[in-house]
Amino acid sequence: MSLTLLQGSYIIAGLLFILALAGLSKHESAKAGNTYGIIGMGIALVITVLGAVIGIDAVNNASDRPGTGLPALGLILVAVLIGAAIGVWRAKKVEMTGMPELIAMLHSFVGLAAVLVGYNSYLSATGADDKVHLAEVFIGVFIGAVTFTGSIIAYLKLSARMKSAPLMLPAHNYVNLGAIVAFLGLTVWFVLAPSIWLLIVMTVIALALGLHLVASIGGGDMPVVVSMLNSYSGWAAAAAGFMLNNDLLIITGALVGSSGAYLSYIMCTAMNRSFISVIAGGFGSDGAITGETKDYGEHREITAEGAAELLEDAKSVIITPGYGMAVAQAQYPVAELTTKLRAKGVHVRFGIHPVAGRLPGHMNVLLAEAKVPYDIVLEMDEINDDFDKTDVVLVIGANDTVNPAALDDPSSPIAGMPVLKVWDARNVIVFKRSMNAGYAGVQNPLFFKDNAQMLFGDAKVRVEDIIQALSRS
Amino acid sequence: MKIGIPKESQPGERRVAATPKTVSQLRALGYDVVVQSGAGETASYPDAAYVAEGATIVEGDAVWASDIITKINAPSPAEISKLPVASTLVSLLSPRLDPDLVAALVRAGVTGMAMDAVPRISRAQALDVLSSMANIAGYRAIVEAAHEFGSFFTGQVTAAGKVPPAKVLVVGAGVAGLAAIGTARSLGAIVRATDARPEVAEQVESMGAEFLTVKAGEQQVSTDGYAKEMSEDYNAAAARLYAEQAPDVDIIVTTALIPGKPAPLLITADMVASMKPGSVIVDMAAANGGNVEGSVADQLVVTANGVKIIGYTDLAGRLPSQASQLYGTNVVNLMKLVTPGKDGKLVLDMDDVVIRGMTVSKDGELLWPPPPVQVSAAPLAAAAPPPPTPVKEAKPKSPARNFTILGICAAALLALFWVSPESFLGHFMVFMLSVVIGYYVIGNVHHALHTPLMSVTNAISGIIVVGALLQIGTAHTGLVVSVLAFIGILLASINVFGGFTVTQRMLAMFRRA
Repeated sequence: MSLTLLQGSYIIAGLLFILALAGLSKHESAKAGNTYGIIGMGIALVITVLGAVIGIDAVNNASDRPGTGLPALGLILVAVLIGAAIGVWRAKKVEMTGMPELIAMLHSFVGLAAVLVGYNSYLSATGADDKVHLAEVFIGVFIGAVTFTGSIIAYLKLSARMKSAPLMLPAHNYVNLGAIVAFLGLTVWFVLAPSIWLLIVMTVIALALGLHLVASIGGGDMPVVVSMLNSYSGWAAAAAGFMLNNDLLIITGALVGSSGAYLSYIMCTAMNRSFISVIAGGFGSDGAITGETKDYGEHREITAEGAAELLEDAKSVIITPGYGMAVAQAQYPVAELTTKLRAKGVHVRFGIHPVAGRLPGHMNVLLAEAKVPYDIVLEMDEINDDFDKTDVVLVIGANDTVNPAALDDPSSPIAGMPVLKVWDARNVIVFKRSMNAGYAGVQNPLFFKDNAQMLFGDAKVRVEDIIQALSRS
Repeated sequence: MKIGIPKESQPGERRVAATPKTVSQLRALGYDVVVQSGAGETASYPDAAYVAEGATIVEGDAVWASDIITKINAPSPAEISKLPVASTLVSLLSPRLDPDLVAALVRAGVTGMAMDAVPRISRAQALDVLSSMANIAGYRAIVEAAHEFGSFFTGQVTAAGKVPPAKVLVVGAGVAGLAAIGTARSLGAIVRATDARPEVAEQVESMGAEFLTVKAGEQQVSTDGYAKEMSEDYNAAAARLYAEQAPDVDIIVTTALIPGKPAPLLITADMVASMKPGSVIVDMAAANGGNVEGSVADQLVVTANGVKIIGYTDLAGRLPSQASQLYGTNVVNLMKLVTPGKDGKLVLDMDDVVIRGMTVSKDGELLWPPPPVQVSAAPLAAAAPPPPTPVKEAKPKSPARNFTILGICAAALLALFWVSPESFLGHFMVFMLSVVIGYYVIGNVHHALHTPLMSVTNAISGIIVVGALLQIGTAHTGLVVSVLAFIGILLASINVFGGFTVTQRMLAMFRRA
């Protein structure tokens, strides 16, 4: 096969990937976008497998490579089939609430694959004195290793197999900085005097750095972390592209890397966090939580029947879900409640905070799963000015994203973070399991406002109670 | 402690300060409750119902021998003399208008708590009887008007001809005014309302009425939740508005009351005369002198041109069961506030503005008037200064600095490129362009699609498989490389197939209404 055919196909695949990302930015074109991605990937895979198996002829003989023949094809097919089977099985089986874990897990695979490809590239390199190539290998393995362990920690935290509170080592910023300095030093050393041991030492450092970076980020910042890791996995692929002289890998990796980074940046702006401090791990601050015991007054409770009455009399209702809705798997009852209220002529809408949940857009996916039409699901900026014209707001499992302290208490750890102004509505009903603080560990003055009432218990059960109360009346 | 519920002595009063339901709530706070026989009869609460909730029924004056007396109307001099020393009286006292009564309570050594002097702060709304009674009165005002009005409120087209809807003007959109608006609207009338406080326009519109703005320079922003007296200029402009409206509307409800002052005269005899025969005016301020010229307290007056002016002062009392229930609940909420231990022990915390504001006398001491409480319902005047956002405020960077940074970066890159081989630069060009494209392509992604976008990019980054594919089984490398490549292909394939599948699954779920 000629090299031009191979590279021509890569250009087409690269374009298809760009179309895929562009398509994913709108509902109308999203499905087409995914299809473009699949086609691009299909082209890339088929042409690469062919190239690997039958060999590549180039005008410039240096780029020639012999075919590996049928045994290699067999190996490839076996590997791809096993991988595909596992991937499709997991993807079909995953609950929508478990999406963040799945995606974090998938990132770790890319990271590990990048490490393996890097090692291979080093082991199979013919001209060991190609300094640029050595540096590329080193960088590629580094990014891949950080992505690998970082994603595993993110996975563990998201699936609650690990405590989600930030790990606070003393001088954690210096630990990170030290790891990076060590990496730079080793890179120079490696380029001058390549040795497999240096590569291994660096890999261990990178793995540890990945662990520490994500371990020191709290659960509340997970949407940013997941999208950051997404970006890292892209850079890892791009680095692999440099070391293999493969433009397709470079294009794709850079696309994923920069889009992931930008997505994380959007998230950070939504939380009013410094982008740098989130990537560097931790809150930027020392993660100190103001443990003050300020007297906020008393909260009031409401029963499911009372809530049903309020909802029945309301003209407009806004539901602001949070991670608690995902935990309680309450999206189906919430959707049913929405349908019921809409049938009664109540104007129901959803207000989604950009960082609600543990994944960017997590709530939208859950609501879509429960068949809530997406055009009544609005973003914070679209709906924030409508709360004062709203009769009832249902806060389902959200806490920090509806905390007025973010706006009016400069000493609050979440000060300055844009929040949903639910307290402007006439009535706020907060679904909560107890009076415990939210993810950021901050008390929420909302609960003590005069127009707020608490409905304690499992969100799913309570929403079902309300639905029953509504059907009875 | 014992709470006594006497029968109201004022003629025509049908309400009672506690209902069987509130009795059980008072008992839950640890109090014993005694009810004078027949106290709830006129409000349709027979003695037996009180007994069923645990109250004791006593005959005659025995009820006055209680630690706490709760009633509706201010006590008569005879009743004051029956109050034991150091007892607590909870009732309407109008301390602003009736200093003699307050003085009498001070002399009697009675702690007087005025239910009608609750500060208008949000926390105290649960015990504000002025609001709860005004709500009932506003409703009843429309019912009375409808009773006297000779036509439908709602417009109808019937086989017997077309009926135009009634037009209702509500002057003063406080609690009573808003209740009147709501009731008139629900009967189908066209409702207009006006108020000196512009901030209530939104509330009026939320009830479905049209807000008429008085076109005057002055606008009142209330700081204590009550209306104030207005200037000449405003009053003249308002009078023009009323004069304009009077001939057009069928019903006028006036609710203008300024605490502690006689009611302002709003509707003059000329305006009344300009109304259509059969029109009805309800003057809800008749007890304090009236907003309407010619209205008489507790009377229905018919003018020469056939306009009926209703001056009933007991509008809330005309719904005795409901009014008693709401009043009783206000009392229960007060008792909750002053019984922190829920043990039937009254504790008056004079540092609490609500309690301080209501208490007119205590231990032979005059406590009226209380220090002013300034808590506003007005959005503008009371709004705290915009919260400082110290975190966000970044100093705008000067363009010169930007250029410098840019220049340094460019120089550093150039130095790097200088020592790089040709092939690297070609790749780097591709890399740079892709970074920029990635940034712009993602720029306007819809929020809801973040998760699918991430899983698709995740699938795409499985392209790393290409690297592994080219490494497997090459002749000149060893077994290790092939094994590692095999694992790499496997892992990346999970990503590719899993990522696309899960994206497809998610996208299939999004649907439009």
